[in-house]
Amino acid sequence: MTNSPLGHSSSLRRLGVCTLAFGLVLTMAACGSSKAASNAGTTNAATAASAADLGGLDALIAAAKKEGQLNVITLPRDWANYGEIIDSFAAKYGIKVNSDNPDGSSQDEINAVKSLKGQDRAPDVLDLGGAFAQSGAKEGLLAPYKVLTYNDLPADAKDANANWYFDYGGYVSIGCDAKKIAVCPQTFADLLKPDYKGKVALNGDPTKSGSAFAGVFAAALANGGAFTNIQPGIDYFSKLKKAGNYIPVESTPATIEKGETPISIDWDYLNAGYVTELQGKGIDWRVVVPADGQYANFYCQAISKSAPHPAAARLWEEYLYSDAGQNLFLKGHARPVRLPAMTTAGSANATDAASLPKVSGAATYPTPDQVDAAKKVLIDNWSKALTG
Amino acid sequence: MTQAVTLTRPGGRAGGWTRRLGPALAVTPFFVFVGLGLVLPTVALAVSAFRRQNPDTLADESTMDNMSTALTGGYRTALLGSLRLAGVCAVLGAVFGVLLAAAVVRSGSPLLRRLTLTASGVLANFGGVPLAFAFIATIGNAGEVTTLVERWFGFSITDDGGFSLYSFTGLTIVYLYFLIPLMVIVVVPALDGLRPQWSEAAANLGARRWQYWRHVGGPVLAPPVLGGALLLFCGALSAFATAQAMVGGTVPLVTLQIANVLSGNVLIGQEGVGAALALDMIVAVGLVMVVYWLVQRRTARWLR
Repeated sequence: MTNSPLGHSSSLRRLGVCTLAFGLVLTMAACGSSKAASNAGTTNAATAASAADLGGLDALIAAAKKEGQLNVITLPRDWANYGEIIDSFAAKYGIKVNSDNPDGSSQDEINAVKSLKGQDRAPDVLDLGGAFAQSGAKEGLLAPYKVLTYNDLPADAKDANANWYFDYGGYVSIGCDAKKIAVCPQTFADLLKPDYKGKVALNGDPTKSGSAFAGVFAAALANGGAFTNIQPGIDYFSKLKKAGNYIPVESTPATIEKGETPISIDWDYLNAGYVTELQGKGIDWRVVVPADGQYANFYCQAISKSAPHPAAARLWEEYLYSDAGQNLFLKGHARPVRLPAMTTAGSANATDAASLPKVSGAATYPTPDQVDAAKKVLIDNWSKALTG
Repeated sequence: MTQAVTLTRPGGRAGGWTRRLGPALAVTPFFVFVGLGLVLPTVALAVSAFRRQNPDTLADESTMDNMSTALTGGYRTALLGSLRLAGVCAVLGAVFGVLLAAAVVRSGSPLLRRLTLTASGVLANFGGVPLAFAFIATIGNAGEVTTLVERWFGFSITDDGGFSLYSFTGLTIVYLYFLIPLMVIVVVPALDGLRPQWSEAAANLGARRWQYWRHVGGPVLAPPVLGGALLLFCGALSAFATAQAMVGGTVPLVTLQIANVLSGNVLIGQEGVGAALALDMIVAVGLVMVVYWLVQRRTARWLR
């Protein structure tokens, strides 16, 4: 995701920001001491590893309602339908949802868990990139909890100790403005054609943005690479830049509307989400998962161990992994982790499932170790390969 | 007797005491501000640059790894890239800023002067993603100006002219857009300080034009111009969001690398490297300031 738009600033302004930040730290420290009381009634919920531990789902709902609030973090409203999910959860259980730093990153979430620990406004639940979920579990920041539908989740989609589990995912896709581009590219190989000169963008810098990183990984798969070898992807983008096709602008709906990034490589659920948004502005946005580079990845749900609203946090997870929650992800063009099980059971929304961009075969994912190794290669070589 | 002494002594002492305390009290807010806002963060930064979390034991430990990582490979390239960009921007910004300011001051038109200064005040504070988008929408590949020029003259700035906004050159142009106005603001008062009597006096003594600039105008203007250039250098070195939105990782910049480690979705557990990179930036700016100070001391001696 994007970061907060900090501009260039004069030293005076920086000075102000630092002082302000220090002031906040003091205030937060002052607040921190008086929070123990609010947790006293819900000690059970904080250690509950399943709804059964609390006496069943109804008891969990009652405890969550008593807490009355839930703190979520880095959930953009237009990302995988989170806006509707938050609203429907709040309406269904009468729990106020406080949404903090919607455009933040996984690292921002981990930072918030650490720095706000013990405070009322610390995040309760997290939506993390896989590697961050793993390192968070290792650092003991996450609370193990098994949702009621836990057994539906494939073994490779969850942590052995239930510290985290996949929630929704998608494929790297190529979005294309069919009114500006005569023939929309269908594959990574297509993108190299001279017709697309100065028109191909990623959703950010792959050394920072998770979706752009995935774009490079997908390009690697399309060019003879593997989960263990991302280098062909870097070489591919280097070639794409030398051909003048790749432009390093961070693609957003605004740059698409302006016509600067008429072809954008991004998660399919984001690209598919733009279709409706851009339709109103006269743009015919088409989304295709490139057949030569099918790369899928999931985000992970986790509960913060120091959640100020432990029961509400657990109820949020139950809601997300219920049929209703999973169908809401599906409505947002994301592929919920229980989709295969729900399709078999007939509980998935068939219309939404049918409207997902087409892929062939079952999805395979790199292991976290493979992702880590790929990141290291990318960090070391990306800017070198692209500056040339 | 004793009472009288105690009455007079504190009174007499208090006068001297408060007189000495007065100025100290007056500057206390300044030192508190500088301490909390500048010294404390710098110390925290310096400390974390030499700490890391052991990946296996999760224990905090001292290390030189961060500093050495920050000076090798991609990080080194980024640091050099930032210094090069800041240097080019500072020099170009200072030259064009001084020329523009001199033109406005010499014109003698109060209206032109007020217009320029007001516009400069606004433009010098233009930055971040909005600035990047403004340039993308204007002279990007599908920008308004790019399209118009192609329609009117049949000349494509990007294809025929070989210009790309998404390059070192493009980034320099965008930075100059807010740096030149900043230079104008800084240098106009200094140009006002050049009294016409000085050049008249020099002429009366038989000095030629170049001699006046070499021995009088130049030395008087040197400190403010250098100070302005230093300000531009720091501004260009620390700018971040504009570059992020426009060129991503394709123009290596140290600020982008810091953002990657602090709030990215890709790198984990590299906060120490970020602190080390920031420390490198502080050292770089410190070195530039030493040079500035040496030059200024030389001209200051002359001015005395």
